[in-house]
Amino acid sequence: MKTMFEATPINHKNLGRQKLFRFLLGSMTALLIFPVILIMGTLIYKGAPVISFDFLFSNPTNGMTEGGIFPALLGTILLVLVALLASVPLGVAAAIYLSEYAPDNWFTRIINLAIINLAGVPSIVHALFGLGAFVIFFRFGTSILAASLTLAIMTLPVVIVATRESLQAVPMAFREACWNMGATRWQTIRRIVLPNAITGILTGVILEVSRTSGETAPIMFTGAVFFLPFLPQGVFDQTMALSLHLFVVSTQVPEMPEAVPYGVALVLIALVLMMNSLSIALRMYLRGKKKW
Amino acid sequence: MKKQTLAATKVSDFDRLNRDWYIDKTVQALVFIGGISAIIFIIGIFVFITKEGFGFLVGDFSFKEFFFSPNWRPTSENRATYGILALVAGTASVTGLAMLVAIPFSLGTAIFIAEFATGKTREFLKITVELLAAIPSVVWGFIGLAIMNPLIIDIFDVPVGLNVLNAGIILGLMAAPIMTSIAEDALKAVPDRYREAAEAMGATRWQVIYKVVLPAAKNGLLGAVLLGVGRGFGETMAVLMATGHAINIPTSVFDSVRALTATIAAELGETAVGSPHYQALFTIGNSLFIITFIINLIADLVVRGVRKG
Amino acid sequence: MVSQENAGPDPQTNTPAKLHVDDLSIHYGSHAALEHVSLDIQENEIFGIIGPANAGKTSFLKAINRMDMFDPNMKTRGSIQLNGHNIRKVRNVYGLRSRIGVVFPLPVGLPLSVYDNVALAPRLRGLKDKAELNVIVERCLTRAALWDEVKDRLDSLGSLLSGGQQQRLTIARALSQEPELLMLDEFSIAVDPVTTMRIEDVLKELKSEMTIILVTNLVQQARRLADRTAFFLEGKCLDIGVTEDLFTGEVKDQRTRDYVEGRFG
Repeated sequence: MKTMFEATPINHKNLGRQKLFRFLLGSMTALLIFPVILIMGTLIYKGAPVISFDFLFSNPTNGMTEGGIFPALLGTILLVLVALLASVPLGVAAAIYLSEYAPDNWFTRIINLAIINLAGVPSIVHALFGLGAFVIFFRFGTSILAASLTLAIMTLPVVIVATRESLQAVPMAFREACWNMGATRWQTIRRIVLPNAITGILTGVILEVSRTSGETAPIMFTGAVFFLPFLPQGVFDQTMALSLHLFVVSTQVPEMPEAVPYGVALVLIALVLMMNSLSIALRMYLRGKKKW
Repeated sequence: MKKQTLAATKVSDFDRLNRDWYIDKTVQALVFIGGISAIIFIIGIFVFITKEGFGFLVGDFSFKEFFFSPNWRPTSENRATYGILALVAGTASVTGLAMLVAIPFSLGTAIFIAEFATGKTREFLKITVELLAAIPSVVWGFIGLAIMNPLIIDIFDVPVGLNVLNAGIILGLMAAPIMTSIAEDALKAVPDRYREAAEAMGATRWQVIYKVVLPAAKNGLLGAVLLGVGRGFGETMAVLMATGHAINIPTSVFDSVRALTATIAAELGETAVGSPHYQALFTIGNSLFIITFIINLIADLVVRGVRKG
Repeated sequence: MVSQENAGPDPQTNTPAKLHVDDLSIHYGSHAALEHVSLDIQENEIFGIIGPANAGKTSFLKAINRMDMFDPNMKTRGSIQLNGHNIRKVRNVYGLRSRIGVVFPLPVGLPLSVYDNVALAPRLRGLKDKAELNVIVERCLTRAALWDEVKDRLDSLGSLLSGGQQQRLTIARALSQEPELLMLDEFSIAVDPVTTMRIEDVLKELKSEMTIILVTNLVQQARRLADRTAFFLEGKCLDIGVTEDLFTGEVKDQRTRDYVEGRFG
């Protein structure tokens, strides 16, 4: 019996290969992650000195080479808020339909395919659609409304997928128990399913905020402009946006001090990653809290 | 007798269509609108970009010139030409190089995370990958412009650092995290009993992965690669900023190129609504839409194949 | 023991059947779970259904509550009439289910507080009055023999109670519907014998308020409670009659006697 467990020569060879394999894969992982960490380090190193209260909360001056980024920051927040107003109700409704009402048939499969495709359509194509549909056809002009609706459609799949996942995480047995008592589908959703899925939906919404605030191409021709001497007064006004501002200060303005684009990039990436981390933290908190 | 009348009242009662029944039906109708919205939007995108580009399709459009001429001169005074071959070559070279970078690294990382890493390391790697996937494309473009550009000039001693190499690496780094998480999902979907059965027969970890896990996850991994291709193909801001934006059929990785998406982003703002140039840009957009649609369709079919198996 | 006086309304009189089942068959795909079952259940009786596993007892209850709607595989044929109303033709299936209370062997405590679990059905009906809800919650929990154990923690999650407690919570929830038909499927499976006896006593009291179908694999439980009993085997109803008759050998099918005498099952 004892000999069975002794390493044979073949096993030695295999174990050696396994170690090599593991080392190779580990190095690949490191090679994928380290450059990015290095890049982030550079962004922080070069961008941090510009970041100040004034940088965040004052207007750009002197052809955007000096001053702050407040109109762009505010513009991004406005764009995201209006986009959320449109996409969250629609996305949650779509997810409720798919998870709670939709039968398992060809039509539902087409809806799912449409969602996957909506997520896969290039952002510049969304921009073309926003221009053709919202700016021109619906006569919203280049405005916050047109840009936000474009963003909303583009990020709709994020809300749908996250919401559907958290709805489906609620066990079927709860629904059946509730239906058995005579609850309608909607009563069951409102009293049992949604309350237990709401945190999961929130993680999806935060994720969408992160996605939306970083997008550039979809807003370029629909509502965001390079420079605006005043703040937007309503949803039919144009606006500056952080992501587009980064593009502008790094490519379009001659004599730009090197540190400014780094500062803008740092603010943008901090905003996006903070939202993402929040979403991840919420998800981990949720995982730790057992309700059944 | 009393019992009977009681029963009689109950009969009429339970089948009455009450308020809750109507509310339920209303909600069902409302959420159905949400459900079909995705279909409406996909159709809407196709309809509107076709509509905006229609004048070009029936006018100046020539199939042969559009797809096979490398001359994209929409603003030429004498004779405007609308050939996208060079732009296709730009997109293809950058996406191709990006995949060369991203496929091995993302699959390797996915295997490492799914099969080797444990506990805290695993959690850390997964979160890092997720955060990497969240970095906006305009930031990647800026990185290509401000960090990679001088680096490439220094290392390779070339005059311009904004080229296929730069954009390819940037795009590879962008696509890799997404491909990693989809590939990891595919690996995780392989039931543990396969692994256990193979290990019980004395196979080592790498044998299990090589002979059992990878074949079983084949379709999911292919789906991950296809989605990565789709993403690289449709990426706009990063390639606009890192390719050098020169119309060129590249002969080496140090050549500057221009991508289809970037062309739209760069030129649309300068065109008059309804002009042939404007319509030609929408036609490019339409081609992008159709191609990504096909890629996504194939990826979906491939991944669905793995779920059925 | 059930005395003859307590046996439900005589099928010979003209009292219309509470539940009239005619030629009911249930299939899951190609598998037949129930075949050609016809029976009448009278108002205010406890109707026992006994039989070994896979006899089709649970499927029978599912069909009555229209649970075939949850399972695209489940196909039913035949007619079921509640109060003379064909339940396969009702438009408001939720209204039907709200009149029928069901308890299945697998207990489900909803992820709500214990209080909200029991108050759910009254609230679904539109009841908001706090005092009235308090009365219903206490009465139902008491009847389900759970009140003493949970009265000090009514706000803890129902889904985190022990299995036996969740089982009784499920019973309390079914009672809170104030159903006209209560269907219990092996309710005592996760409950200790003493508590089981307490719930059995409650069921005897409840008989005056509602009709009860008691599915059980404990033949003695059926003997203790049921006025009439049916014996199901492999999807067929082999015997049906006054409970005592089944136990004293007045049976149509030899297999019924074998089963109640414990020769198989």
